[in-house]
Amino acid sequence: MIAVLLILIPTLSGFISFFIKNNQGAKAFALLSSCITLAVALMGVYCSGNSYLHYDAAWLTDLGSRFTLNLDGMSKMLCLLNAVSLPIIISSTYKNNYESSGSFYGFMLLTQTGMMGVFLAADCLLFYFFWELALIPAYFLCSKWGGERRIAVTFKFFIYTFIGSLLMLVGILFLYFKTPDHSFAIQSFYNVKLSSGEENFIFWLFFIAFAIKMPVFPFHTWQPDTYEQAPTSVTMLLSGVMVKMGLYAVIRWLIPVFPHAANHFSNLIILLSVIGMLYASLIAIRQDDLKRLIAYSSIAHIGLMCAAIFASNKSGMQGVMLQMFNHGINIIGLWIVADAIEKQLGTRKFSELGGLAQRAPSLAILLMLMALANIALPLTNAFIGEFLMFSGLFKYNIWFAAAAGICIILAAVYTLNMVQKIFFGNTAALTATANDSSLNINMALIILAITVIVLGVYPQPMLQLTNDTVQAVFAPNPP
Amino acid sequence: MNLVYLIPLFPFIGFLVTGLFRKQLSKSLISIIGCGTILVSFIITVVLFFQIKENGALPVHALFPFIPANDFKIDFAFQADQLSILFSLIITGVGFLIHVYSTAYMHEEATAHYGRYFSYLNLFVFSMLMLVLGANYVIMFIGWEGVGLCSYLLIGYWFKNDNYNYAAKKAFIMNRIGDLGFLLAIFWLLSKLGTANFADVFAHAKSLTSFDITGITLLLFLGATGKSAQIPLYTWLPDAMAGPTPVSALIHAATMVTAGVYMIARSNILYSLSPIAQNVVTAVGLITALLAGTIALYQNDIKKVLAYSTVSQLGFMFIAMGVGAYTTGVFHVLTHAFFKALLFLAAGSVIHAMSGEQNITKMGGLRKKIPTTYITFLVGVLAISGFPFTSGFISKDEILVAAYEHNKIVFFLTSFAAVLTAVYMFRMLFLTFFGSFRGTSEQEHHLHESPSAIIVPLIILAILSAFGGFIQLPDAFGGDDFLNQFLSPVVPAVTHEDSGAAMKEYNILVATVIGLAIIYFATKKAFAVSQWTDVYSGFKKVIANKFYVDELYDMIVVKPLHNLAGFLKRVIERSGIDGIVNGVGSFIQYSARQLRLLQSGQIANYVVFMVVSIVVLFTVFWNQTVIINFLQKIF
Repeated sequence: MIAVLLILIPTLSGFISFFIKNNQGAKAFALLSSCITLAVALMGVYCSGNSYLHYDAAWLTDLGSRFTLNLDGMSKMLCLLNAVSLPIIISSTYKNNYESSGSFYGFMLLTQTGMMGVFLAADCLLFYFFWELALIPAYFLCSKWGGERRIAVTFKFFIYTFIGSLLMLVGILFLYFKTPDHSFAIQSFYNVKLSSGEENFIFWLFFIAFAIKMPVFPFHTWQPDTYEQAPTSVTMLLSGVMVKMGLYAVIRWLIPVFPHAANHFSNLIILLSVIGMLYASLIAIRQDDLKRLIAYSSIAHIGLMCAAIFASNKSGMQGVMLQMFNHGINIIGLWIVADAIEKQLGTRKFSELGGLAQRAPSLAILLMLMALANIALPLTNAFIGEFLMFSGLFKYNIWFAAAAGICIILAAVYTLNMVQKIFFGNTAALTATANDSSLNINMALIILAITVIVLGVYPQPMLQLTNDTVQAVFAPNPP
Repeated sequence: MNLVYLIPLFPFIGFLVTGLFRKQLSKSLISIIGCGTILVSFIITVVLFFQIKENGALPVHALFPFIPANDFKIDFAFQADQLSILFSLIITGVGFLIHVYSTAYMHEEATAHYGRYFSYLNLFVFSMLMLVLGANYVIMFIGWEGVGLCSYLLIGYWFKNDNYNYAAKKAFIMNRIGDLGFLLAIFWLLSKLGTANFADVFAHAKSLTSFDITGITLLLFLGATGKSAQIPLYTWLPDAMAGPTPVSALIHAATMVTAGVYMIARSNILYSLSPIAQNVVTAVGLITALLAGTIALYQNDIKKVLAYSTVSQLGFMFIAMGVGAYTTGVFHVLTHAFFKALLFLAAGSVIHAMSGEQNITKMGGLRKKIPTTYITFLVGVLAISGFPFTSGFISKDEILVAAYEHNKIVFFLTSFAAVLTAVYMFRMLFLTFFGSFRGTSEQEHHLHESPSAIIVPLIILAILSAFGGFIQLPDAFGGDDFLNQFLSPVVPAVTHEDSGAAMKEYNILVATVIGLAIIYFATKKAFAVSQWTDVYSGFKKVIANKFYVDELYDMIVVKPLHNLAGFLKRVIERSGIDGIVNGVGSFIQYSARQLRLLQSGQIANYVVFMVVSIVVLFTVFWNQTVIINFLQKIF
């Protein structure tokens, strides 16, 4: 029941939104509907029992595909993230006016639908359907409401993800024909028997699709451009929630379906991830653009999550699941600050900023908190996640952990650089007359900041939430 | 009822209240809250101290499970035993005096900034208390990174100045390098023992291989070199002078830099199992003590001299740790907290009197102008130089005895470092307070003694610096060895190998008296002067420029990384990976553009790809066996 509502509410309100002509009305409607989704998602977290969390209906029965949704620990966590994000995003950008708001918020809500579906689907064709459904509205959002270079950049984004999807579709169909009962159900996919040559090959078809989505080095170059050019609220949705689709899919589909290949290639993938972490961290140090800095910082953080997944260790996996949520919260916080600065001052260049703490003390304090979460300081949420992930990586291989650990230092370098260049020092021409952030931005950031601290001090409920999934992933025969 | 958690709780409340309501509260209310919370913590600490003295360590108190992972459980747990309560006494006691001092020193700040200052200060004390009261390495790490953050915030307190911001960032990043070592050590412990609780780790320490023990202790020590400013990570501490002077006192005496010493004392069971790590600790401590002592000889900024003296004194503590005299090292932390807090606060009073001037070559003759500051400063100088029966003498004397029993070379080099201490301290004393005034006439006009909120803490600290050492007076001088006995349940007491210990103590006493007399007269002749130039040449210039270590780090670490990052950004990212991608992209775009001639509008692109994909898929369906066979041949 709850699983269906999570998909139904954003879908319906998304379609309704297209017909709202009034800008303010569209905004308010989207905010209201996303809050309802959030309430449902919260109910999902606290509910147990199959009738609430599981849904199954006939869909493309001839093909062996059913409309099956399932809400387990990891799905609950990510649906919650998805549901939390949208109200925060809409309220923090409430003062922005988008041309034909109705369509804008309609696409936003549909993107949310797609992502919900990805996190819920227990049928591979359905999963693929939602995977594409999440992307298409995102393309429109970027290409219609983005920055100057939006067409070229969206095209690149599109090509990248399209190639990934295509490879995955080939893989899905291949597996489908290998299933004994010709079914797309998740359990049938788990039971597929493949020769090791087949497994090693199909594994990559899926992995590349997911790696592009995350993104993992060297499949990442769409990301900084897209994050920079997309309207900030879309960037928040992409970086806060959509990249988790890649990580989620690796845990939900890739590893259980191809356990041997995952094991076989784990060294290579962790190596790629760690190289990507170092690479992105170093590039972030040299960025002069606030949005690109956050984008590269995100690539580094995602790299760690990918590495920790393939380290296949329970604590590390717990860390990944927790960190998927935390990363969403933290990066949305950073984007809110970036947007507040860009909207007010019209620039994201560090060279044109400086001394803003004198003019905007509240924004400075809230960004500081988000920056501390970004460098995983203890008692912020990210510390718990990174601690667990590093402990898993360390168990896998001490040298990988040490090399990835260098990014802890580099993260401090670029994050503090960012804080210093924006907020400290003397005011520049642009910042001399700047105002402090408005109430809606402060409220959104305060909610995020409280989440950061609460989950940093008392992460136990979140760790328990995903415990069943962690146990299932490492069970000898996945359920 | 275990009240340990209240000790860090009060400073935390102070941090929240002064931080959140910094605009609403008046300065006097902020002062009362800021100082009061520390005072309450101090009182609780004293009560617990006597309780522990009577009944032994309190049981570990777990508030709630912090990180309940699958492979290990980490509790949010506090532990008050002899070692942690002693450190808490130093932190809250000396910390309280520094807070009181700050109320006068920072009085001219705007109210909001005044509140910000006190909230940072309270947070600093909170973090340090977490560090020493945590019952496992992870809680310790919370405090460990917390003090790093607070030093960052306070060094960059005057955030309009970019040099200060740079110094703050440098402190944080250098500390982070050490923190990585600490973290890796924790992971190592977790992966081998599945626990990070002190009690469990030490109970099972023997089950670790010697490789593991050495790896863990060396990584922990890397953490200590960051926090406690030892080679190779010491360069942040002298730059940390950018913060307000009471902050320097807090960093150097009550918090932060003693963290590394505490951590090794806490982990003494691990270190005692690894001779390699012990030798590394001794060597690093010794080299740091000598290097920093030498640099201090040619520094002209009053705070820089003190900063290098801290680095050097910390070297002494690590020498003690390395030779296995853990209690002695802790004892030196205690006495050093007294006299270094005193020296910094007195230096602050001097700077205050000199209208902000910090260059000692532009001072001189202040003895008569600010007599109370002079006398307290003198006590500090005597204590740090090891004047007989001051606190510094007793603790340094014990370090020398321990070094002597360990290794003669270590002993002689340590003694030489002790001589250096006396020389640079006397040089500073004479340049500042003797001779004739060398500042501007405007500064001379403004010269004044500081208010009582500054003077009273100075006097209290002077008394402690002079007599605080008697807590651990060796048997040879009729003392009762209190600290050794008190700490013995946590840290093995220092046992002297033979009965000749008393003889050695007397020898050191005599040598000290003669040495100090020579140094006193020699430096007085050289430095109690009316004119002074600070132009150095030759080797002196190398020393005055701190052996160019900062420049060296810049050249071999910072610049190459910076350039590599630039290369990655400009060349690899833009032309390499993205170049390939864009090449593919433009090829597709080109073909799409050709195909688009048949259609119209943007959406056409998507449609084309839909069609292409369907075609591809059908091909795959119908020919799957062919394709699979083909692929199987390849793989």
